[in-house]
Amino acid sequence: MLPIIEREVVNKKKWMQEDEIGELISLAGSAPGGVGVNAAAMIGHRQAGIAGAVSAVMGVTCPTFLIVILISVFAILFRNQPKVEAALKGMNGGIIALISMAAYRTARYSILDTTTAIAAIVTVAVLLFAGIHPLYLIITGLICGMAVIRIKKRLGLQVKMEKKSVTGSYPELEYYI
Amino acid sequence: MYWDLFMMFIRVGLVSFGGGYAVIPIIQHEVTEKGWLTSAEFQQTVALAGMAPGSIATNAATLIGYRTAGYIGAAVSTAGMILPSLVVIVLLSALFYRMHDNSWVKSSLYGLRPVTTGLIIYAAIHFGYPSENSGISWVWIATLLISGVCLFLLLKYKLHPLLILSVAGAAGIILF
Repeated sequence: MLPIIEREVVNKKKWMQEDEIGELISLAGSAPGGVGVNAAAMIGHRQAGIAGAVSAVMGVTCPTFLIVILISVFAILFRNQPKVEAALKGMNGGIIALISMAAYRTARYSILDTTTAIAAIVTVAVLLFAGIHPLYLIITGLICGMAVIRIKKRLGLQVKMEKKSVTGSYPELEYYI
Repeated sequence: MYWDLFMMFIRVGLVSFGGGYAVIPIIQHEVTEKGWLTSAEFQQTVALAGMAPGSIATNAATLIGYRTAGYIGAAVSTAGMILPSLVVIVLLSALFYRMHDNSWVKSSLYGLRPVTTGLIIYAAIHFGYPSENSGISWVWIATLLISGVCLFLLLKYKLHPLLILSVAGAAGIILF
């Protein structure tokens, strides 16, 4: 989806430059929600304010929404069929693989040094062994990030705060953004 | 009912960093606690959500809304999931014209991104847990086997997610 958005916005409509959209997409990946929806909201907002953002988000959501409704209708029709249930159980395995792949992809640009590696490991451990709501972890991450960067800079250490986005190396997986 | 769905997905939408994978365990926790779906039904829902394009979490929200409260349920759940993204994006865009140059934004993302990665890793582990009543069973081992093969196909041949799910579904029909 992202390459299509890029082509439309940069080449066809000429709304923005290539480097601008790259920056916008990397930010879209950092805000809550799907990257596609976020990118749509940002482009919509830039072009036509709040109304633009709302229409862009509705536009990007409607087709998916209709497809999902169609799937729901079929799923209810064929519910309790042993073959369908078996297929869905098998697909769980596929979903686990897709989520693991997503984890690997995010890890490649979020784990930049020892600090970030520890942060990721601690997050998994806390979620597995302590029933803390993920929201608190997210807030802690935000605050610790700011604090660690300030401390490291004061100590005169070099910090690399981001890696070039790795989207594009697996364009097929962008089905789920 | 509609209001419950809407508010629940607003809460989930607000923390759905990392494209939505990270919040799958949160949605599961919420819907099973409220008694809307069982764990097995939830896993079926996520499998179905994977068949449509777009964020899996948003698709799952649509499906859960539809299952629990029909078309309007689907609409309010989807709206709840998307609204926080829209508000956050509009606020951020209004606050910083060029957010990317802002060092506060950069340094908070430095801390946020590994946490998101941790959440997604947890989502994968959580989804692979044997469900409460079955324990370690043939179904569980077969599921892990399927996911191992799928992961290999993803890494080696970069197959399209839909193709991966079809392979997994076919394997399910054969194995279960």
